[in-house]
Amino acid sequence: MSSIAQRLRAGAGAVGRRPRRQVVGDVLLVVVPPAGFLVASLVYNNQLLLLTMMVYVALAQGLNVIFGFTGYLPFGYVGFFGAGAYGTALSVHFLHAPIALAILLGGLAGLLVAALLSPLLRLTGAYFAIASLAAAEALYYLISNPQLTAVTNGPYGVNLASVYNSGAAYLAAVVLVGVAMLCVVWVRRSHFGMALRAIRADPLAARLAGVNVVRARTIAWLISATLAGLAGAIYAWAVSVFYPEAVFDLSISVFAIVFALFGGVGTVLGPLLGAVILYGVYNYIGVSQPQDFQLIYGVLIVLIVLFLPNGLLSIRLRRLWRGR
Amino acid sequence: MLWLFALIAGVLFGLYYGLAALGLNLIFGVMRMVNLAHGDVIMLGGFAAVLLFDRFGVNPLVTVLLVIPPSLLVGYLTYYLLGRRVQRSRDPEMMSLVMFFGVSQVIEAVAVIAFGNNEASITSAVFGARPFSIAGQGVPGAWLVSAGVGLVALLLLFLYLYRTSLGRATRAIMSSPDEARAVGVNPDRISALTFGIGVGLAAIAGILSLFMIGGTTPSEGVDLTVTAFAVIVLGGLGSPMGTFLGGIVFGLALMFTQTFAPAWSGFAPFAILLAIMLLRPTGLLGRTVRSV
Repeated sequence: MSSIAQRLRAGAGAVGRRPRRQVVGDVLLVVVPPAGFLVASLVYNNQLLLLTMMVYVALAQGLNVIFGFTGYLPFGYVGFFGAGAYGTALSVHFLHAPIALAILLGGLAGLLVAALLSPLLRLTGAYFAIASLAAAEALYYLISNPQLTAVTNGPYGVNLASVYNSGAAYLAAVVLVGVAMLCVVWVRRSHFGMALRAIRADPLAARLAGVNVVRARTIAWLISATLAGLAGAIYAWAVSVFYPEAVFDLSISVFAIVFALFGGVGTVLGPLLGAVILYGVYNYIGVSQPQDFQLIYGVLIVLIVLFLPNGLLSIRLRRLWRGR
Repeated sequence: MLWLFALIAGVLFGLYYGLAALGLNLIFGVMRMVNLAHGDVIMLGGFAAVLLFDRFGVNPLVTVLLVIPPSLLVGYLTYYLLGRRVQRSRDPEMMSLVMFFGVSQVIEAVAVIAFGNNEASITSAVFGARPFSIAGQGVPGAWLVSAGVGLVALLLLFLYLYRTSLGRATRAIMSSPDEARAVGVNPDRISALTFGIGVGLAAIAGILSLFMIGGTTPSEGVDLTVTAFAVIVLGGLGSPMGTFLGGIVFGLALMFTQTFAPAWSGFAPFAILLAIMLLRPTGLLGRTVRSV
């Protein structure tokens, strides 16, 4: 236990005087992915596909913050995405908020839903996964309720055509990718991230070492939900017309989980690579034959879990170790 | 007397939902793995009944018996090919969740390729065209048959778990795998058998789902899995008998909201589930899981 305390202190100290190479590497990790997406939009003309890919990068990284660093797997992660989409839509309709503010309010909606659901963190394992799923379903049924048509337009969806601007939405998504990368780099490098990893390894020992377990988990949960809320907000702006079942679709949660796992959770680069590679493959195959794609994708997931449970990045590490 | 009808229908649907969730809970109880392809097995059971009925005129109740041997075999093989490996991974509960999502995608894709994307169903007149009367309320015969099959399955599972040596070994693994191993129980054999039984129960529920929730389509698996999850959490994870209590609570909640507030019928079961999880996280009959 004392060793964890020492590591925590050492970790906190290390933040202050880190080697310059690592700082440069971190800056590159935050700056290069958004820049890459900016360049990609000049080369490749299917902007909605790239934008959706960026939304999934943010979702995979947001999931990484909670799942990769605390071990809590929220199956209902899509609930925050939907909350963000509706938060933005309602801000535009009722507050007549400018779109930039509306998107921030979408992120706030995700944050508020997460704060409301924070008692779920008392549960563990499959219980937590399923409870968060139930929460997302309840939120979906609440928003799509025909009796609330006056507020949410119920099952008939939302139209944001009045503020539609595909170029600006693309830029917002680029910024979102940068923010998501920044969050994960910060969690990975900071004292806070060290505390999260200590909790994951042994909650009791971490608590004895002076970590506020409940507070640390709750902060990770709120960061994760805010990222999903912002992703939902920007997605809503970009597609401008959507139905509740589209932004509360369970497969959004599952894609985020699979992308993060494929690349490697608990790493900075893994979820980014997972989302870019798998979503790229998805579209490459998905365009021609949906069920063939589903078949290949399903087999791929099974193979990842069986043979590459720590994600793509673990291959590189394994080879390095063998080389030594 | 709307409430009386909702009460009777709620209990009958509850028994069906209990059966639909039983296999999922049994597998979780023994292996601590979440079979996310559970709903897809239910879907396959429905298609088996439709195909046998259309081609050979087999009564769905006969299909209930016919699906048992192939389900046992499939479950047995699934455990040895996939389950055992994932169970030995770093985080079996989460990794199995993800892996069986992959399996679920594969089943759904193969079902679309094999059966197309159309709804398949059997006329509920197989079980008598005229509704039966219970306490003055007309109830379709198919509902009674489904509830009856659910009760029989529960009874047989109870006898298996509490009156046979294999069942005793199964309960030993459920309560403590290490100690069970220490006294000579082979966890792989029990797990494989349990997986087979779980798949079989899901397939049987699928046959009945044709009459309880309407025809079957390849894409309905995810919804069915979510519903089954809700039911087992209500009853307590790892508590097979609690599943039926959970099913009845779920069925009653569904039927009463459908009868008196149809707009809220989707919302209510999940809201109740959340309330129960926050007030009593172990479910109605479950064991302690809360920590830190």
